[in-house]
Amino acid sequence: MGGDVQTGENEWFYSEEVKEHFFSPKNIFTSEEEAKNYTADGEGMVGSPACGDVMRMWIKVDPKTDRIRECKWRTFGCASALASTSMLSVMVTENGGIKIVDALRLKPGDIIKRLGGLPARKIHCSVLGDKALRAAINDYFKKSGQFSRVLHAEGKIIDPEVNVSDEDIEHAVLEGARTIEDLQKRLKVGIHNKDVLPKVKELIAYYRKKHFGE
Amino acid sequence: MGIYLDNSATTYVDSRVRKEMEPFFSKDYGNPSSFHDMGLAAKNAIEDSRKKVAGILNASPKEIIFTGSGTESINLAIKGVYRANRSRGNHIITTRTEHHAVLDSCRYLEENEGAKITYLDVDRDGIINLDNLEKSITKDTILISIIYANNEIGTIQPIAEIGKIAKKHSIVFHTDACQAGCSQDLNVKNLGVDLLTLNGSKIYGPKGTGMLFIKSGTKIHPIIHGGGQEFGLRSGTENVPGIVGFAKALETCQLSKEEENKRLTELRDKLISGIQGSVPKTILNGHPTKRLPNNVNISFLDIEGEAILLHLNREGIYASTGSACSSESLEPSYVITSLGLPHEVAHGSIRFSLGRQNTENDIDHVLMVMPGIVKKLRMISPVRVNEDELRR
Ligand SMILES: Cc1ncc(COP(=O)(O)O)c(C=O)c1O
Ligand code: FES
Repeated sequence: MGGDVQTGENEWFYSEEVKEHFFSPKNIFTSEEEAKNYTADGEGMVGSPACGDVMRMWIKVDPKTDRIRECKWRTFGCASALASTSMLSVMVTENGGIKIVDALRLKPGDIIKRLGGLPARKIHCSVLGDKALRAAINDYFKKSGQFSRVLHAEGKIIDPEVNVSDEDIEHAVLEGARTIEDLQKRLKVGIHNKDVLPKVKELIAYYRKKHFGE
Repeated sequence: MGIYLDNSATTYVDSRVRKEMEPFFSKDYGNPSSFHDMGLAAKNAIEDSRKKVAGILNASPKEIIFTGSGTESINLAIKGVYRANRSRGNHIITTRTEHHAVLDSCRYLEENEGAKITYLDVDRDGIINLDNLEKSITKDTILISIIYANNEIGTIQPIAEIGKIAKKHSIVFHTDACQAGCSQDLNVKNLGVDLLTLNGSKIYGPKGTGMLFIKSGTKIHPIIHGGGQEFGLRSGTENVPGIVGFAKALETCQLSKEEENKRLTELRDKLISGIQGSVPKTILNGHPTKRLPNNVNISFLDIEGEAILLHLNREGIYASTGSACSSESLEPSYVITSLGLPHEVAHGSIRFSLGRQNTENDIDHVLMVMPGIVKKLRMISPVRVNEDELRR
């Protein structure tokens, strides 16, 4: 997430791409029946409504090419969260579908870039998308019996409420987070689950020292 | 032209108010403290305004202090009374649903000047319990500060009854009446208040203006020191056009109160029943009848408020939300969670606050677009809140 993908601190209004995906979301269910009868190869859900955002993702995979053929989603959250999920669903299905290996490499910054940036205080809204996608891919690995490919939790989960691991915190620090407030803008860690805050602070200090000698 | 339903955030300035203010910008621009005719003209304008406001409040002109905002009046009331009465005690009673100006002033005194604060709970409708209030009074209680009408949910507190309790225990009582200026009784004798805050930006007056009523004999220290204006309680050259505008705005509001309350109440109830009749899974936040005639606050379950606002904005409808997503702190509205409602309900709350410029057509337009917006957002939401658990 370089400087080019986020607009100024006081910038509130969304880019044209964000508005387009918000007002005309892609890859959504058009009726309750369609949602109910949808048979996915993998399904993932992350977040909690009490924290503000929840994402649920369904994928269909072509086993021959190992590419994602379809991706459906549902999101509870603000315009940035909705647009981010919509954009992600396009990114994984366009041009014949993304290869699973490439899908696993997608990062929130890639989504933000495609959206033409998000206001700084909305960066965190894009984080749940790739987590939901990973969860769906993992579910696909399990359901299709590809146990050797099952991803093990990356790093250690620090805040189970929002599924944030120590590795996520390390990434955030690398991307410029310096304080607990910076971190919460990106990851929402410890907002609902205040007990984890001491551990999170300790990790921020550790990674700042490790990477920046601060 | 859009449909402005955010009048609790701020109102437009009435043309009669603007007209009244006009001479004091470039014609009668003297400093009220100056010893010449130009100064006298400005001074007279302030004193006329003071009398006008005092008349409406059934107070004496020397009990009226003009300030620079509602926030400033509240800071003066809370910090000023606390510091002047510190030798008698250090306990302040307020509620969980106050404006930040009250909560943060109290927190400041708690963290820096040894105050103890009791935050009274409210019930599901947002009203405090009078027994709890009386029980929380201790020998150290020196101030009670309770909001007249809530800015988010419109709930009106029983101010006159609180006033009686305060009087019985000889405790100074302040009310933040910023949202009550146009529609409620401001007679300080009926209300039994010692201090009352109003501001111009909610009553079709100029922004950046405020007033504090301080009953004679109330011990209070200034928080702004200097030239000694406003009886030494608010130093600084007076905002003459602002004061004149504030007084005119308050007068204009109060003159048309009965009629306008009736009109707004009808529109309010049409909007509430219209939404509840056409959109499933909604909750009315705040008291059904003890609420401001211009306040509608409804939670749309399973969806998020900022997303709703953006859709409304595209339809030219301007409202506000208690969602965490639109707050700097990423915390949902503490007013709505104080009602005992969970975070996800606060996230989906929308406040429509009506004003003089709104017509029945505006309400019809909202009612026309609302079901479609909610349906669209629900279709892409993974959340299904159990509505029955939230019923009263
Ligand atoms: C209930 C209440 N109290 C205080 C204030 C603060 O007033 P001001 O913005 O004039 O400082 C407001 C308005 O924002 C309010 O609604
Ligand atoms: S989901 Fe809450 S700010 Fe985006």
